[in-house]
Amino acid sequence: MSEKKMLDDQHYEEMIQEESICINDNIVYEAPKSALYDTPMHYCPGCGHGVVHRLLAEVIEEMGILNDVIGVAPVGCSVLAYNYLNIDMSEAAHGRASAVATGIKRVLPEKLVFSYQGDGDLAAIGTGETIHTCNRGENILIIFINNGIYGMTGGQMAPTTLPDMKSTTSPFGRDVITMGAPLKMTDLVAQLPGTYYVTRQSVHKPTNVRKMKKAIQKSFEYQKQNKGTCFIEVVSNCPSNWKMTPVESNKWLEDNMLPYYPLGDLKTPDGK
Amino acid sequence: MAKVKGDIVIDIEKCKGCELCIAACPQGTLEKSKHVNQKGYLYIVKVEDNCTGCANCALVCPDAVITVYRQTSKAKQQVAKISNVTGDLTVTVKE
Amino acid sequence: MKELKLMKGNEALAEAAIRAGCDAYFGYPITPQSEVLEYLSREANNRTGMTVLQAESEIASINMVYGAAGTGKKVMTSSSSPGISLMQEGISYIACAELPCLLVNVNRGGPGLGTIQPAQGDYFQSVKGGGHGDYRLIVLAPSTVQEMADFVGLSFELAFKYRNPVLILTDGALGQMMEKVELKPQMSREFKELEWATTGRKNGNGRVITSLHLKPDEMEVLNHHLQKKYREIEKNEIRYQAINCEDADYIIVAYGLVARICQKSADLAREKGIKVGVFRPITLFPFPYQQLKEVASNKKGILDVEMNSGQMIEDVRLALEGSVPVRFHGRMGGIVPSPEEILDKLEEKFIGGAV
Ligand SMILES: Cc1ncc(C[n+]2csc(CCOP(=O)(O)OP(=O)(O)O)c2C)c(N)n1
Ligand code: SF4
Ligand code: SF4
Ligand code: SF4
Repeated sequence: MSEKKMLDDQHYEEMIQEESICINDNIVYEAPKSALYDTPMHYCPGCGHGVVHRLLAEVIEEMGILNDVIGVAPVGCSVLAYNYLNIDMSEAAHGRASAVATGIKRVLPEKLVFSYQGDGDLAAIGTGETIHTCNRGENILIIFINNGIYGMTGGQMAPTTLPDMKSTTSPFGRDVITMGAPLKMTDLVAQLPGTYYVTRQSVHKPTNVRKMKKAIQKSFEYQKQNKGTCFIEVVSNCPSNWKMTPVESNKWLEDNMLPYYPLGDLKTPDGK
Repeated sequence: MAKVKGDIVIDIEKCKGCELCIAACPQGTLEKSKHVNQKGYLYIVKVEDNCTGCANCALVCPDAVITVYRQTSKAKQQVAKISNVTGDLTVTVKE
Repeated sequence: MKELKLMKGNEALAEAAIRAGCDAYFGYPITPQSEVLEYLSREANNRTGMTVLQAESEIASINMVYGAAGTGKKVMTSSSSPGISLMQEGISYIACAELPCLLVNVNRGGPGLGTIQPAQGDYFQSVKGGGHGDYRLIVLAPSTVQEMADFVGLSFELAFKYRNPVLILTDGALGQMMEKVELKPQMSREFKELEWATTGRKNGNGRVITSLHLKPDEMEVLNHHLQKKYREIEKNEIRYQAINCEDADYIIVAYGLVARICQKSADLAREKGIKVGVFRPITLFPFPYQQLKEVASNKKGILDVEMNSGQMIEDVRLALEGSVPVRFHGRMGGIVPSPEEILDKLEEKFIGGAV
């Protein structure tokens, strides 16, 4: 290191290049600005909800569909999604998001409609609505956040809670004999003729985040073409109620959730 | 061989210190700060100057905290255009 | 030129919905109102492009209504008592989010699965809230097939005027009864964008349909706003009918179909020299408290007749504040009282026996 006195612009330019490359032209990644409000989200540190919100916002911006999208967020940790996503949105009663989304889509078929539901919402109290919405092939995107637990109400057992997994209402671990096995809703809806694209994704690693984004993009494209229901399960975490650090929770997700809920497409247009 | 040069900007007030970015960074560029932000979280800081701008940290960040930059030749020209400063400056440069 | 048709109450209502330019109907079959869904499935879409969807349950129906009403379209559902019970959570959300829509309850006998025969046991549920929280529906009670049809347009008008759900509370007999109706001309389904409705972002800021306000002070402000609206509705929208009440010694208070039967009873009474009038609230919320009080002042007695164990009578008593003796006659379980029976009761309660 040495100190130099510089008087001419030439040197100064070099210095800037050396010291900071943080200029607009160099941006390779920044948070979406128009579809995501610049406000802190209420989610616990490390919660996957935030990543999925951001990806939704990114896709909505990149596809230029800000004024064409209507979202539905039911009761669950993400019920306040409308505070973060700067698009028209409707709250929904617990379990009813896909019915609400159906109502919207049926009267505004030219708009792009999505619901954003937790596992308690979609796979327990709203099972009927989920299955029938998919069976009718409603032209909507259903995003299903599977964190294996009831987040908002403080960590009770969900239909997706893994065997032997502890929750506040399965304090000794989920006993599949008395409580049933975890419900694989995604496998179920993939069987229905009404669904067009069914996939299971995660956002715990950069590569998975990229794939998840692709899945959202595809789903909106398919919706534009009136193809039927697109269904994306996101195997996600709930560090708070799993009682782990976020980093531990992602590791646990990989070691425990993914073997039961393997990632990948369950149904694609070309049948693969 | 020179590595790709990257950099990040962290919006420390939005950071919740979840450390997912630390875990995702292949370069070991990031660490937790010793200070808390206004919300009381130990936010993230850059401790090494080896960022490649791969954006892994930003991709996994649940709170959209990180902006990632990567040096491109196009951007170099841009720098040349915007810097038009006159006057005396004392700066530190590496040799 | 008048367009007269002989129609069932349920079908007249469905036809009126098409003609009112209704955009969407979501419903689930239940006797005695399935004709609404059936008629609309047959007629609506090919005539006006109206959406008609048979949902998987009443819970789904009401939430589809919630979603569709949030876009500012003209939306409705119909059901009968057990189905309406299932909808209560959704109705509460709709009331809180202030979404205009039309609900129809073709009341049948309860509680439980009860009977498919007509009844009025859902009065409390309809006018006092029904679901959770402090809310009110505007409740219209038709007593003829003509009104079954006419109240559809009126309901949409009121629903959009106040951004409030409107309930047509009718019963199985009116729903099934055939009468002549004069039908209104077809209205267009032209869509007017409303500034609050979620139809896709407009001016750079997302709009939100919600009933969630976690901060108690905000929730209280919202509640005050709702209450203010209900007071406004009470001020402007009371509807009732007072038939031969001026010179009457006795007044029968009844709503819906029963009011018509009571008119027969009043005619029979006058033949016998007993002067009886009928007071029929048309809006059950807002209830015509003041109007009833005025009509009933100085009368010898009020007989409240309902097809339940006595629900509206609480409002009748509230209206009269003890100024006039009030007696009750009711039938339950789906039994419709006859005009003679009602007159007998009136005589028994006021003239024959000690009051
Ligand atoms: C009718 C009804 N029953 C119960 C609740 C309470 N409740 C709110 S959220 C929730 C579960 C949320 O879990 P999930 O859908 O998995 O979403 P998460 O919070 O995990 O994101 C429950 C049971 C409710 N709001 N409404
Ligand atoms: S409780 Fe769980 S799901 Fe809810 S915000 Fe916290 S970590 Fe996320
Ligand atoms: S991932 Fe985001 S919120 Fe978490 S520590 Fe890193 S910068 Fe902060
Ligand atoms: S951009 Fe890549 S190298 Fe740079 S800090 Fe983020 S993860 Fe590390």
